[in-house]
Amino acid sequence: MTGFKIIPRSQSSFLAQLLVPVAAIVLTLLAGSVFFTLLGKSPLASFYAFFIEPLTSRYGIGEVLLKMGPLLLIAQGLAIGFRARVWNIGAEGQLLLGAIAAGAIALQFELSDSVWLLPSMILAGTLAGAGWAAIAAFLRTRFNANEILVTFMLSSIALQLLYYLVSGPLRDPMGMSFPQSAMFGDAAMFSPLLSGTRVNTSLFLGLVATLLAWIFVQRSMPGYKLLVSGLAPGAAGYAGFAANRAVWLGLLIGGAAAGMAGVAEVAGPLGLLQRNISPGYGFAAIIVAFLGGLHPIGIVFAAFFMALIYVGGDMSLVSVGLPNASTTIFQGMLLVFYLACYLFVNHRIQRQVASGTVASAEVGGSDADHTGSGATGHA
Amino acid sequence: MLDSLVFVLAGTLAAATPLILAAMGELVVEKSGVLNLSIEGMMATGAATGFVVATQTDSTVAGFAMAALAAMLLSLIFAILALGFLASQVATGLAVGILGLGVSVLIGKDFEGTTIKPLEKVDLGFLSDLPLLGEVLFAQDVVVYLGIASVVLVSFVLNRTKLGLVIRAVGESPEAANSIGYPVLLVRTCAIAFGGAMAGLGGAHLTLSYTPLWAEGLVAGRGWIVVALVVFGTWQAPRIAIGAYLFGAVSLIELFVQGQGFAIPSQLMSAMPYIITIVVLAAISRNPRVVRLNYPASLGLPYLRSE
Repeated sequence: MTGFKIIPRSQSSFLAQLLVPVAAIVLTLLAGSVFFTLLGKSPLASFYAFFIEPLTSRYGIGEVLLKMGPLLLIAQGLAIGFRARVWNIGAEGQLLLGAIAAGAIALQFELSDSVWLLPSMILAGTLAGAGWAAIAAFLRTRFNANEILVTFMLSSIALQLLYYLVSGPLRDPMGMSFPQSAMFGDAAMFSPLLSGTRVNTSLFLGLVATLLAWIFVQRSMPGYKLLVSGLAPGAAGYAGFAANRAVWLGLLIGGAAAGMAGVAEVAGPLGLLQRNISPGYGFAAIIVAFLGGLHPIGIVFAAFFMALIYVGGDMSLVSVGLPNASTTIFQGMLLVFYLACYLFVNHRIQRQVASGTVASAEVGGSDADHTGSGATGHA
Repeated sequence: MLDSLVFVLAGTLAAATPLILAAMGELVVEKSGVLNLSIEGMMATGAATGFVVATQTDSTVAGFAMAALAAMLLSLIFAILALGFLASQVATGLAVGILGLGVSVLIGKDFEGTTIKPLEKVDLGFLSDLPLLGEVLFAQDVVVYLGIASVVLVSFVLNRTKLGLVIRAVGESPEAANSIGYPVLLVRTCAIAFGGAMAGLGGAHLTLSYTPLWAEGLVAGRGWIVVALVVFGTWQAPRIAIGAYLFGAVSLIELFVQGQGFAIPSQLMSAMPYIITIVVLAAISRNPRVVRLNYPASLGLPYLRSE
């Protein structure tokens, strides 16, 4: 009898960690061609429209960068929590709170041309996002309420709050009762970065967040301690780092980053408050964080790819007539394949032959590559 | 006034049914030690599939059957990842949930905003004609009664049968269950498939009876409320059902209040189920003793069989 056996690695494979996202993307593309064919579309033409066309024009590249900004920012924040297994799935709501806070300031000081207007919007939005996440942190640490459920529910509440504000207190009095606010003044907007595109200077926020996340995770003690408490709860207690602090830190950082992304949306491409602020960035960023291996550098690449999926989805809707569900399906497939491939980071597959002799057929990198930490896995 | 009371009470039973069906499925899944967070996506897939099939075939039975099947297939993707590939159950649940939402939009894309004749109400003769009681209890569609039956059945199987004992054993300690010869992965796979089918039925009840129409995003967080309900009910079927009726009532009161024109922002009413979920979740979870009593000890942990 021949069989396969999953054997835990004594140390996780670094090579596999690098290969897993690549494999996940390749598998998603393969499954994508099957999906396109099933829809009766030419796989090649769809493929081109989805993944290549956005990168062939200045406008397309601009759109990819525009969508990459918030994804990068949010995913960097979420990854820090995820490393400690603090599951913040409510970044969408934290983003909305950031947008609301920034919008309220922009509308209050509509005529201001102060250079301090935009910075104070960024600050307020960041605090509002962190504050919204703090509710979940408080309920988790004080009442033991599951943060997955609480952050999700808070997202739904945030959406209703936004609906209320744009159809009531913050609605444009001149706006013919459309549920949206007045346009922000110029001083409340990020400046354009590349002519002919909608990219603006808020992209730097994502890049700065990447740098900070990298320093935080690689260099600083709290980063290390979050990692420890995520991988081995007992060891973290031993290190004297209370699990509660990991919950607070993870949620506050994630909420702050998402809130800041919300500011970037309303003070960037939108320029006002309306019912639709984010096309699901908060949820997509969860996938980005995983696809990037919860690593600040990996997340940059993952955010780029996810942004490409967003823009490709929009463009192929027009050019090849792909259904608008494609983007969501691709997002789901990416994470599914990533999680399947991740098995090989901490495990290897051994083929077992009848007579008890063991033919070792390792998949996904050899044991000789050491980094990472133990056979526990990151999630 | 009586009319309003009938409206709220009868509506409560109907509104709670999708939650109950999906929650009974998730209860069995969690009792086997698996946390499947993809209920929202599975319900959406069931909702779209049921609607499209019922519209095309003129058969609600076919609609419900295909809804269960479609959501079950989705749940098997979860099973392969979480059990076969030892992936994080939280992350896998999110992945499959997103996939399910995408699939639902794809399936329903040509039916967006269309309606269907709702599932017929039963007619139990004089029982249905009783004032108040008749209209509330004996004039519902058949799936509402199936929902109630599922509570009794799941409760009975989990607590009173050998099968239930095996499921609970696997959920408490897969290692121990394995060492006395129970097929851990098989039990968990079947539990996950059952959970998928139930979520699909719940979704189909939304589109084929409760709303009755298809629109993108129609499940509206119910799948997450279902996960919360299992915690509220501290992993006991009857308590979960009570929680579901509470939520059914909240969503009906929302409609009622809006109908009466009270000066409460409609958005506040729409947010109410989520606010209540958070409050109740915190109230129940704060007492770890209550939670731990019926909490499956291996819930959410990956399991690799050792020889």
